[in-house]
Amino acid sequence: MTVLAAGAGTYVHWGVVQISVTNLVFIGLMVVLFVLAILVPFPGRRRHENREEQP
Amino acid sequence: MSLLGERVPRESAAPAPEGSNWTVGLRTRIQRTVPPGQWLPDRQPAYVSSWLYVFGVLTLTALLVVLASGGWLALGGVAWWHTSSVGHFVNSLHLWSVELFMAFMVIHLWGKFWMAAWRGKRALTWITGAVAFLGSIGTAFTGYLSQSNFDSQWISTQAKDGLNAVGIGAWFNVLNPGQMLLWHVVLLPVVLGVLIVAHVVLVRRHGVVPPIDAEGEEVR
Repeated sequence: MTVLAAGAGTYVHWGVVQISVTNLVFIGLMVVLFVLAILVPFPGRRRHENREEQP
Repeated sequence: MSLLGERVPRESAAPAPEGSNWTVGLRTRIQRTVPPGQWLPDRQPAYVSSWLYVFGVLTLTALLVVLASGGWLALGGVAWWHTSSVGHFVNSLHLWSVELFMAFMVIHLWGKFWMAAWRGKRALTWITGAVAFLGSIGTAFTGYLSQSNFDSQWISTQAKDGLNAVGIGAWFNVLNPGQMLLWHVVLLPVVLGVLIVAHVVLVRRHGVVPPIDAEGEEVR
């Protein structure tokens, strides 16, 4: 049982909120990915825009 | 034979009027729902060239891996995925493709929420997506209950009181692993499949939602 309990993961406690570090890291990665998806330019977009500007 | 009994030559038989049989009706309905060329368009508005517009199709791609690895697990069975190295690999493939499916879907949801993606008669697209998200949580939950290990036992005993309290324990008994496995591999995937097909058809019908400041750029 000790082994099973040891593998149960580490938890963060914040008032009534309790979340495993693994889940917290995963949510953090999703937020980072979301921000990157907004900020990072899509490949080929500038080339496409330049082509449309030409007469 | 005519109604009066005389034989009518095939050539002189009147053509079936439009919509007079179910195949014509179905064909017309499909064409009206998504006109030809809109199923797999080769041009999109300029604003679609953004990483934010990629997460819907990433979600669908992850779902294909979920379905393929889930089918493989069903072929091998419980003993196989717990004891063989290939079974362990496919089991992990199923878990991690689900993790990616949920993560991509949530980022897709964030993007569409902040874009107010229900604009332009897209309310049903939004609703089918939101209900599919909730259905995916239920499907993932029954998947955790179907692992057939201590983890699934722990989750089921933690969940039973809450589910019994809301009165669905008689039809959805988390302590019955056979029932949970069938919910996971038959009932919920069928519901989810219908919702996702409807969602994709609606996206093709109405087009992807433009960013809020690009409303005038929509070329459809």
